[in-house]
Amino acid sequence: MFKYYGKLTPYLFLLPAGIVLLIFFFIPFFQTILLSFQDYSNSIYSPEMVGLQNYIALFKNPVFYKVMWNTFIYLVVAVPVLATVPLVLAILINQKIKFANLYKILIYLPVIVSIVVAAIAFKWLYADQGILNYLVASLGLNSIGWLTDPDFALYSVIFVTIWKGIGYYMIIYLAALMSVPKELYEACDIDGANFITKHLTVTIPHIMPTIALVTTISSISAMKVFAEIYVMTKGGPLNASKTIVYYIYERAFENLDLGFASAMAVVLLGIVMVFSLINIFCFERNKYQI
Amino acid sequence: MIKNIIKKFSIHFILIITSLLSIFPFIWLISTSLKGNAENIFAYPPQLIPTDFTWANYTGVWKRVDFIAYFINSMIVAGGTVILNLLLSALAGYPLARMEFKGKKIVFFAVLATIMIPFQAIMLPVYLITIKLHMMDSVNNFAGFMGLIMPFAVNAFGIFLMRQAFLGIPREMEEAAIVDGCNVLQLFFKILLPMVKPSLAVLAIFTFIGSWGEFLWPSIVLTKEAMYTLPVGINNLQGMFSSNWRFIAAGSILATIPIIIFFLALQRYFISGENEGAVKG
Repeated sequence: MFKYYGKLTPYLFLLPAGIVLLIFFFIPFFQTILLSFQDYSNSIYSPEMVGLQNYIALFKNPVFYKVMWNTFIYLVVAVPVLATVPLVLAILINQKIKFANLYKILIYLPVIVSIVVAAIAFKWLYADQGILNYLVASLGLNSIGWLTDPDFALYSVIFVTIWKGIGYYMIIYLAALMSVPKELYEACDIDGANFITKHLTVTIPHIMPTIALVTTISSISAMKVFAEIYVMTKGGPLNASKTIVYYIYERAFENLDLGFASAMAVVLLGIVMVFSLINIFCFERNKYQI
Repeated sequence: MIKNIIKKFSIHFILIITSLLSIFPFIWLISTSLKGNAENIFAYPPQLIPTDFTWANYTGVWKRVDFIAYFINSMIVAGGTVILNLLLSALAGYPLARMEFKGKKIVFFAVLATIMIPFQAIMLPVYLITIKLHMMDSVNNFAGFMGLIMPFAVNAFGIFLMRQAFLGIPREMEEAAIVDGCNVLQLFFKILLPMVKPSLAVLAIFTFIGSWGEFLWPSIVLTKEAMYTLPVGINNLQGMFSSNWRFIAAGSILATIPIIIFFLALQRYFISGENEGAVKG
């Protein structure tokens, strides 16, 4: 094809986005790493380089391990649910049933609504004398401190994250289901396979890449939760529901401990990068090919 | 036949239960917001239909909280973020799809690399830079809006989405336009952009929703209540009305109405499953 543009044209097209990415992604990225090796406590204008001191402080701090453990629990509980329940719902909705659109709209609703409103709505359900404790009491059990008992707080928050994510992943699965060849289902029907075997042998193997994709993206977003925790528990009680991002926020913006917060941020960067690399190279290759 | 009926029945049963679980927290919030002072909102057993029905919580919270201001702030921030994302993503996506130039691979991988950088990990330096650039509401309102918008003005997902869209246009279109005497800018704005409208729509809608619901960044940078966006304002209700759940519920519902209307009006974009490209990590 003949060239219809000047030598500089492509760079000029890229320039505006380039400036934004440079100022708000690349510079902050390197600055995060730099900050993690500096100490700001004596003067905010002339930080000292302190080597690994922030990391040593981080690894010596028991809260760090608590936070890492909580984030791990978040992943272990939320990700399997978010990878499977939306798939089942998508398969059911895909059965050419009545009201399919209505179901989709209702199940998608939590995705649209602000996480702050969702968290407030759940805080109200979880209240000491709230409706959930009414159900618990009517089963003859003692009421539960859903957000105030260290044994429950983290799981109560995780439930909100799951509840808000179901519709999002269901739609991704619905799109994937469209690509499964109909002939395969017909073949199954002729063989007399039942509903469950049909989907275990045809659907699941066919959309394996999508299941993997949902697994990695829900893992990445589970590692970035913040608003649910901020609105409902502030990481408490006793750090029971504190996860990585909340801890970074608290250290950076409440304790003004920039170096420590940055060391924690570098840990988050490292973990998210691993998941993103898996995602880019294994599941979304075609989208990101030159 | 009977087997089929049982199957249909169980499918609907599961979907109805899931739908109810999805909306129940809002239903309960609405119920609470409509209960008057004469009714105990902690009553056992809980009452879904208010016995002391009233709109007073809505008028009460409306009088004390400037929802209009929050709404306008959210509109400015979400609107500005959408416009910049469309423009910058399309501009950057085009050469990555169609032009040959030195360093293309480097640019491509640099953009790809930003996918791996979560905002939450770099928010501290972003905050320091925003202060340095005087993009704070303490300077003036415009600077405050800039600070809310600029860090989210473009991202790799948008650029790749647009690149993908431009890849789908037949090359003959460009050749024909150039032969007809278009220059590059005319070609881009008059011929190509209208052809990628569906992708622009998807990008606009998902950027809007993301920006509208954003909580972490505004709660870090905002210093003045007059600049609050809706999520920050709603969270603030908790402090304002400490344990007045009637008011908190009414305020939360009020703040949610605009986005529900937006969703219902554009629902096909959300639930049709044609938006795979907009999947975010």
